[in-house]
Amino acid sequence: MGKVIVVTSGKGGVGKTTSTAALGAALAQMDQKVAVVDFDVGLRNLDLVMGAERRVVYDLINVVQGVAKLAQALIRDKRLENLYLLPASQTRDKDALTEDGVGRVIADLREKFDWVICDSPAGIERGATLAMRFADAAVVVCNPEVSSVRDSDRIIGLLDSKTLKAEKGERIDKHLLITRYEPSRANRGEMLSIDDVLEILSIPLIGIVPESEDVLRASNLGTPVPLSNAESAPARAYFDAARRLCGESIEMTIPSERKGLFNKLFGRRAA
Amino acid sequence: MSIFRLFRSQSSAPVARERLQILLEYERRESGRRDLAAVLRDEIIAVISRHVTVDPDRVQVKLDRRDRMSTLAVDIQFPNAAA
Repeated sequence: MGKVIVVTSGKGGVGKTTSTAALGAALAQMDQKVAVVDFDVGLRNLDLVMGAERRVVYDLINVVQGVAKLAQALIRDKRLENLYLLPASQTRDKDALTEDGVGRVIADLREKFDWVICDSPAGIERGATLAMRFADAAVVVCNPEVSSVRDSDRIIGLLDSKTLKAEKGERIDKHLLITRYEPSRANRGEMLSIDDVLEILSIPLIGIVPESEDVLRASNLGTPVPLSNAESAPARAYFDAARRLCGESIEMTIPSERKGLFNKLFGRRAA
Repeated sequence: MSIFRLFRSQSSAPVARERLQILLEYERRESGRRDLAAVLRDEIIAVISRHVTVDPDRVQVKLDRRDRMSTLAVDIQFPNAAA
């Protein structure tokens, strides 16, 4: 039986889709069988970040409605053979997703995969609550910025009340993933520090992804961050987070750019 | 860059932290409940409306949430009965 993770945040643009793709790819590289599922009906983007946008035939709604079989809709990654994508519908109404239908698809995925990672839409509406509904654990993506922290707090409240696990009186594991972190600015008091965010949200930290040009580069290329440049600081952050998801206990660090002599001398990387 | 900028405090993060702590303490308490200020506003206006016609455009509600207490000011203009 696989584990279902929802990647959520409340606020848009903080890195849910990037993190879903990156954690999926990192877990798949660890020989885990992974499905990443896009719940952002009408505004799908996980296909683009995964570089599979031209291979979408069927989507989540087709499977929920029984128009397509799960196996037909799953797109196998071209780089990692145990990484699959279930895209969202771009055209359909989001009301086409029913709770029963989503529950059946998730149950099916759970049997076939070690990890099912659900990329939640932004907001706290139906799409977001459906994405978290059947999750065993959540990765709350948060930027060290006031509006993102506030929305994370709202989402944590929803995870504790609207998920199936919460309704059954069980505990849903919540992990905080801080993205776009700039240690130098935090040290100067210009940005909320890791400790500030942890103190306010009080859920355990799963990783710190530093602000990096490698993230935009990876999405430009349609390659999940860990596959785009495995040595980059954000890639190492995602690998560490994936290992922690698997239960490994590794020291929490903020990965930094490894600059060679050439880069130290000339400052910019020739990308 | 002005030399004075070097002396000006750049630390905005402590302000952010404090604002969040105050706001979230309030929001966590209120979650699931209706916003108290909104309840008071609606009920006060409803009571006044029972006796006089209230033009929604002539209602002003001001709320100031502070650390230990909040103030709610409702200003309703209505025509004199004789008018």
